[in-house]
Amino acid sequence: MPDVSPWREPVPPDGTMGEPRARGRFGEYGGRYAPESLVEACREVDEAFREAWADPGFRGALARLLAVHAGRPTPLTPARRLSEALGVQLYLKREDLTHTGSHKINNVLGQALLAIRMGRRRLIAETGAGQHGVATATAAALLGLEATVFMGERDIERQALNVFRMRMLGAEVVPVSTGSRTLKDATSEAMRHWVGATGDSHYCVGSVVGPDPYPWMVREFQRVIGDEARAQCAAELRTGVPDHVVACVGGGSNAAGTFAGFADTPARLVGVEAEGGAGAARGRLGVLHGCRSLFLQDDDGQIAQPHSIAAGLDYPGVGPEHAHLRDLGRARYVTVTDDEAVGAAVRLARTEGIVPALESAHALAWVISAAGGGDLPAGSTVLMTLSGRGDKDVSTLKELL
Amino acid sequence: MTNPVLAAGAVERHLRARRDTGRGLLMPYVTGGITPGWTDYLRAFAAAGADVIEVGLPFSDPTLDGVTIQQASDTALARGASTRRILADLSGLPDLGVPLVVSTYYNLVLHDGPEAFCAALRRAGVGGLIVPDLPVHEAGELTDVAAAAGIEVALLASPATPQPRLAEIACRSRGFVYAVSLMGTTGERADLAASAAELTERLRHVTDRPVLLGFGISTPAQAREARRHADGVVVGAAVMRRVLDGAGPDDLRAFLVTLRQALDQECDRPR
Ligand SMILES: Cc1ncc(COP(=O)(O)O)c(C=O)c1O
Repeated sequence: MPDVSPWREPVPPDGTMGEPRARGRFGEYGGRYAPESLVEACREVDEAFREAWADPGFRGALARLLAVHAGRPTPLTPARRLSEALGVQLYLKREDLTHTGSHKINNVLGQALLAIRMGRRRLIAETGAGQHGVATATAAALLGLEATVFMGERDIERQALNVFRMRMLGAEVVPVSTGSRTLKDATSEAMRHWVGATGDSHYCVGSVVGPDPYPWMVREFQRVIGDEARAQCAAELRTGVPDHVVACVGGGSNAAGTFAGFADTPARLVGVEAEGGAGAARGRLGVLHGCRSLFLQDDDGQIAQPHSIAAGLDYPGVGPEHAHLRDLGRARYVTVTDDEAVGAAVRLARTEGIVPALESAHALAWVISAAGGGDLPAGSTVLMTLSGRGDKDVSTLKELL
Repeated sequence: MTNPVLAAGAVERHLRARRDTGRGLLMPYVTGGITPGWTDYLRAFAAAGADVIEVGLPFSDPTLDGVTIQQASDTALARGASTRRILADLSGLPDLGVPLVVSTYYNLVLHDGPEAFCAALRRAGVGGLIVPDLPVHEAGELTDVAAAAGIEVALLASPATPQPRLAEIACRSRGFVYAVSLMGTTGERADLAASAAELTERLRHVTDRPVLLGFGISTPAQAREARRHADGVVVGAAVMRRVLDGAGPDDLRAFLVTLRQALDQECDRPR
């Protein structure tokens, strides 16, 4: 397993994972590289989010929705049989148990409330695995908004269950036939659409990517994962804080939300990318979809077409804050292959009775392969975010198993 | 205070001089590398009376372009077009008598770094640069090195741009100001958007730099209408649809002559 970005010792002191610096910067990454027609819309989102996030009324309304509709807090589950086999203490943060079945709902409920506060009546979203699309469709139905979801044709084929769920929830699903017909192209198309719809629509970005303030705002909406897990670890772990905190990284929202809860602890942070979508591990500096970050590119500077069995990790870049955490050495980014992820999914199903999303299975695959080695010594405690459940992937898995 | 005309670069001086004779400015666009003999389109544009020519460097993810220019970009990339090859083709050209302006997305500028990129443009005989995903507040990294290399970076203004920011854009833009006529992507439209007149009116209050109106201008009638509000027009998707449909340089010259004639007609400008 290729092992890519190093940790630096000691873990750098904090201030990391706070508010970005001026002009939405995380180190040299981030920014608002939006077409002029979207700059004002981004500024309005930024202003509205700052106000809302400082408003206890908004926070309270969101916390209530997360509790009564999304089912938070999610449990911390010790993976007993797997831990025994691997020789490490593995705990799973169960985002798969949220309503709609993944962490995406945390961010969407926040942005949907914000959209209402801003007087918007429609949500625009891109989706890869369909989980963000389903979450958007769900929040729209719940709060009386419309939803338009852009999805690559290839993802429409492999995540058919979620396409049906979105339509059942009343969302419009727009197939995208350009490029690799996956998440990257769906994101481009959602941005194009937003340019013509800024007056009445909010672009509900699904990960910690996009122009400022999205990477920061989405991380803040996802930090509930890390905050809950921090408190749960404090209550349940002998050491209080896990030695390692692990999450899969597509754009990086479940990882950012998880890491945010542990940035000021000595825990080692590990982001696991798909071998064919390793923006943080193998990308180079670039600008795409509104932000400066790391992207897989060819020798001419054209963005590479990523390939992953997990539609939600099939993205050529990574959120700007992850690029910064990598440069700092505060987090480390590793990759696993399709086969390793599928193997991990089966193993979790058979040892713990949990069928994970293929995205989340990537995080587990790293734990399985690293356990007992120098990167994850025997006896370590590991907190891993299980970002979603695997129902959506059964047709992909059926062909392989 | 410096005199804006004396301080202007070659592209801007050229456009100001032509505008000041009362001429409506025409900037046709072509995607570089779209066909094996693509530079013949540039000669045809110049022969048809273009005042400046925009050459697009195709990018894999053109997030501000509609289907026509997306398709043109894909076609050019599939043919093996790249920044290096397109600039090499341009360096081999005799002087067309009109300035060349390159447009592309910022990822391609960052690839070798703004300094190397601008130097390469200069060597290829390019005078200006348009980067639609580089708004004014992020542009400093490029504009300083571009100025040093003699490349004029034209900034885009949008109907959504608030007035103080519009003034900043007009002030920091070089060559001309690219006024985006509507809230949308590039592509042909049935009518000139009402937002075009409003935006150019607002720009007139803050600058006397040439203002070119682009996005959606596809017919002689629209060009003539646009000319009432702006110093000239950019015509991209209407050109590229014809190229994608197989039109050769002579066909394009004939099409652009109709736009040239429309711009040359007497018009009652509100100015
Ligand atoms: C279950 C699940 N996990 C992870 C991801 C990857 O997104 P992110 O890296 O933003 O958490 C997705 C995206 O679709 C997903 O559905």
